[in-house]
Amino acid sequence: MILSNGNILSPSTHDRFLTGILWCFSLLASLILGLILFFLVYNSLPVLWDIGISKFFLDSSWHPSEALFNLTPMLVGSLLIMLGAILLAAPLGIVSAIFCRFYAPKVIAVFYQSLIELLSGIPSVVYGFWGLVTLVPLIQKVNPPGTSLLAGIIVLALMILPTVSLIADATFANLPKEYFQGAAGLSLSRFTLLTQIILPASKSGLLTSVILAAGRAIGETMAILMICGNIAQIPDSLFSPVRTLTANIALEMAYAMGNHRSALFVSGLLLMVIIFALVSLAHRAGKGSVYA
Amino acid sequence: MLKQDLSSPPKGFGGVFDFVLRQGSTGVIWLGAIFVTAWSMWLISDIVFNGWAGLSYDFLTHTPTNAGREGGIAPILVSTGLVLAICMAVSFPIGLGTAILLSEITATDSWWGGMIRRSLDVLAGVPSIVFGLFGNAFFCNILGLGFSILSGGLTLACMVLPILIRSTEEGFRAVPIAQKLGASALGLSRLSTLFYILLPIAVPGLIAGFVLGVGRAVAETAALIFTSGYVDRYPESWLDSGRVLSIHIYDLSMNIAGGEAHAYTSALVLLILVLLINQTASHIGLRYLRRGVT
Repeated sequence: MILSNGNILSPSTHDRFLTGILWCFSLLASLILGLILFFLVYNSLPVLWDIGISKFFLDSSWHPSEALFNLTPMLVGSLLIMLGAILLAAPLGIVSAIFCRFYAPKVIAVFYQSLIELLSGIPSVVYGFWGLVTLVPLIQKVNPPGTSLLAGIIVLALMILPTVSLIADATFANLPKEYFQGAAGLSLSRFTLLTQIILPASKSGLLTSVILAAGRAIGETMAILMICGNIAQIPDSLFSPVRTLTANIALEMAYAMGNHRSALFVSGLLLMVIIFALVSLAHRAGKGSVYA
Repeated sequence: MLKQDLSSPPKGFGGVFDFVLRQGSTGVIWLGAIFVTAWSMWLISDIVFNGWAGLSYDFLTHTPTNAGREGGIAPILVSTGLVLAICMAVSFPIGLGTAILLSEITATDSWWGGMIRRSLDVLAGVPSIVFGLFGNAFFCNILGLGFSILSGGLTLACMVLPILIRSTEEGFRAVPIAQKLGASALGLSRLSTLFYILLPIAVPGLIAGFVLGVGRAVAETAALIFTSGYVDRYPESWLDSGRVLSIHIYDLSMNIAGGEAHAYTSALVLLILVLLINQTASHIGLRYLRRGVT
């Protein structure tokens, strides 16, 4: 169908009609991102005009009712949780994929793979609920108040682990068969095959998986909202409560008015900037399509 | 002699350390896998065991009373269904159309196709709370739909579009090139090719994509808090506010003291729903792939 694209002397009217409709649909689909960006900017502009960008990072605190709009604690909170979750989930996720593909007996591998797929399907609110009723009381026993940076990191790590693992697994699956045949021909041990051939060859895929997982971590709302305590301060330890950019929106959107509401859209805009940077990074790392 | 490992790593560690590393790595990888299994089993068993007690026919068919501490979740299931119906009714045609355009009409390296793909990549990464902000600003305020099932469904439609397009596009790409060439050689119009050749072959891919989209949508919470609202009675129309299952869990666990038992049961219901949906999708996907080989 593609081959005669644009070269037909007498295109049928039906086809023109069809193509027209398809163009409309695709236009609509790609318009959504534009619309989202437009509305984020449109709704953030009032406060940006009013007080300027620098206030969002230099104000003394986040007290929107007193016109103090410091977003730094939330930004730091988001980044800290993301970093912590990645530090836990990236090695575990990659190890999971390696285990599944190269170490596990077939039966266990199938079981394990479906467990990971199951994990990836669990709604974030269920993760949050589990964290709230099991994990938070546990942490509370060690070091109150329990709702903390640590709880967020642990739950989020489990949430993004499937992302890392599934993409890493797909990367391993796409390695050329010759690599394995060559290794078998040279009678390389499994360890050597892994460290000298497989891991170096799938470096970019693994990097993509981690970046996409980071994107998922920074955008996560519900679980974080339920287990992190939501206090707008820069955390001084793993056990202190923390508020993220996403939780900030979810908490205050319900009653925010005027500049306050506008400031929440600025948080959204900030999130989008981070996501955009991550997706571009993933594109560069993976040099391909990177749907999550 | 033959069984001996002949390789020596270029950056050799040598001797005892090398031996420990080789043997140790196997242990570490098994340990990691066991750790992940135990961790996820903890989560799943916790939800299942604590939720199981409250799960009954009555729970599914009664209205919640006492702010959800008692009664059931019937209206919430209805709202969830309605939001999903709107979401899929809007996003599926758009997704299908875009997927056809991307896989069949535009050349793979065309500028416009690249732009659409790029924008969908970013869209797939947009946090759900940002969809919530957008839905609130656009559907609820600008279009004047207010907090309603319609706003929620439309917001979700935007959200599931990337995953929908991705998987339906895979379905079309799996159509053997010979079939397309054959249609082209016979001088079939694009419309006929689409309806008589592409669509019938790609149907399983489309179903898998559809089901995946539903699975993504039913799991969503953050995008719906400020679009479809909190009201836990039966919705009276598309423009009425309605509470979906995931928001019910959130509300019970965060805002209502003593709502934990029912939150557990609702979480179990949601978990079962999502698992059923995802299993269906992967089942269809697997059968489809197997068929694609022959």
